[in-house]
Amino acid sequence: MKADPGFYQYWPYQNRPKIRWPGGKKLAFWVAPNIEFYELNPPENPYRKAWPQPYPAIQGYGIRDYGNRVGHNRQMALLDKYGIRGSVSLSTALCEHHPEIIAMCKERNWEFFSHGIYNTRYTYGMSEQQERAMIRDSMETIYRHTGQKCAGYLAPALSHSELTLDLFAEVGTELFGDEAGFYTCDLFHDDQPTPIALRSNKRFVSIPYSLEMNDTIAYVVNKVEPRRYGQMLKDNFDRLYQEGDESGTIMCIPTHNYQVACPHRMKAFEEALDYITSHPDVWLTTGREIADYFRSHYYDTVLDDISSKAGGA
Amino acid sequence: MALDPTHLSYPKRRYGMDHDRYDWSMLSERPKIRWPGDKPLALWVNVCLQFFPLDQQGKPYKVPGGMTMPYPDLRHYSLRDYGNRVGLFRVLKALDRYNITPTFAVNTELAVRTPYLVTLLKERQHEIICHGWNMDCLHYNGMTEQDERGLIQRSLDSLRELSGQAIDGWLSPARNESERTPGLLAEQGIRYLCDWVNDDMPYPLHTHNKPLWAMPLSTELEDAFILGNNLHSEASYLEQVTDSCDFLLQEASQQGGRMLALNIHPWLLGQPHRIGYLERLLDYLSSQAIWSASASTILDTFSAQQPSST
Repeated sequence: MKADPGFYQYWPYQNRPKIRWPGGKKLAFWVAPNIEFYELNPPENPYRKAWPQPYPAIQGYGIRDYGNRVGHNRQMALLDKYGIRGSVSLSTALCEHHPEIIAMCKERNWEFFSHGIYNTRYTYGMSEQQERAMIRDSMETIYRHTGQKCAGYLAPALSHSELTLDLFAEVGTELFGDEAGFYTCDLFHDDQPTPIALRSNKRFVSIPYSLEMNDTIAYVVNKVEPRRYGQMLKDNFDRLYQEGDESGTIMCIPTHNYQVACPHRMKAFEEALDYITSHPDVWLTTGREIADYFRSHYYDTVLDDISSKAGGA
Repeated sequence: MALDPTHLSYPKRRYGMDHDRYDWSMLSERPKIRWPGDKPLALWVNVCLQFFPLDQQGKPYKVPGGMTMPYPDLRHYSLRDYGNRVGLFRVLKALDRYNITPTFAVNTELAVRTPYLVTLLKERQHEIICHGWNMDCLHYNGMTEQDERGLIQRSLDSLRELSGQAIDGWLSPARNESERTPGLLAEQGIRYLCDWVNDDMPYPLHTHNKPLWAMPLSTELEDAFILGNNLHSEASYLEQVTDSCDFLLQEASQQGGRMLALNIHPWLLGQPHRIGYLERLLDYLSSQAIWSASASTILDTFSAQQPSST
């Protein structure tokens, strides 16, 4: 075990090189719907239980299934209304279970990135070879079903090993060269993209995905009231938009169709989307597009800036 | 370090669900439903009347809302009892004032212990569904099939006899089921099951016995979840249900009839400081284009429009 994962160096949030998003926009806004499949009876991981109740835990399973049966179309209709393409954090077995959902997202030119195979299969306890095989399976599945070369990763149920990011980047390169496996949503240390140091030295970035704005964190972990969640989203946006004057920022809303698309939460979500998209200097985009743009325009500048600050102010 | 190879094998990775309990189906893709009077929204208010025994066994776990302190946990025992003695009568007054038809999910042991309540519900002609024997009698895989069959039989036989009703709906305590529960319920004349929350409309469940209907009774909108589990304010509870109503009305205008299922507990909403919020809620709902009906009436209307029943 390490005291510091060693992915990035300290980079103070002042006097950074000025980032401008395409079209001179100040804030890159993306929505990441997690489209997940939870198994009713997964093999029991020795480090983390999938369900609080004994099998069959229909209570938790049921509401997650609600997300796919009922919630998905609601959320998709809302994103359509505001001209937002989702960046799907995908339990890739969903390609087999619910191809209808994949087809609808594909038709809208949404991005698919890997969120593992099932959200009930944790990385904990896997050997390097097992984790590599799981990641490879997930990226191949996305390619086979959507034709997309998977660019991003969010580990299943945010379960990681020390090697997760290395393996994702390496498998991406093995499968598709530099066109795949180049960004992660697993780190929450910044509001701007950060180059990530990997053993392969690949040009790999962390894209802010926001744990705080994640509907499941807000609703399930922090038990936030729906209208307050809507207000938090607007407040988060206001500050990042303002700071975008200095250097371009990123706002992400990670969603779950079983949380945000419940009837009592749609209004708060819609109000926030309406508010955010009514501002002129917002780049409505996807995770992959942000990572691509950053890698080709700012990656080297930012690396230099980080090194220049390594020795003190 | 490595996991057992089963962790990288996916035997249920296939089209549809990873089990055979029901078919995969997206709500928005189904035929439109019409409710009586062309009302877009059916309202099912489900009132739970529960008995939480003081000598709770907690198998296989302590039921949410049950005893949490060392025996005798008088505070929780008596506070739950409050709902059946006091809270219920405030709830009934509120429902009557706004002309809302409730359905009652009753623990059979409560019916046995409190004939007054059974008579009251019978006189008022309310539909009763079986809520299991009591809140501490969970249905779970660790029971033998014989024990579970006996528990269901005892619960249904007594409730049918006491109420004089057919009793064809079921809500498991804590919505906990064994693998066998739906099949055993179908075997004993249950027609619909309210445990599953994966839909906003009824849908068919497969069992090894006769098929059942799932009648989804939202947990997310339940008073016990919003007020008890999430500790949201009463004002937020009101807001959440009215926002739901508005949203479902709008969805219904495009996709056909929808159902708003409200599960409430007199031990919570029947408190003096909360009842006013229930009244305001019912005032709002009754001013909207809703059709208030009992669970079985809603299901009958729904199932009559399904191809399989013609």
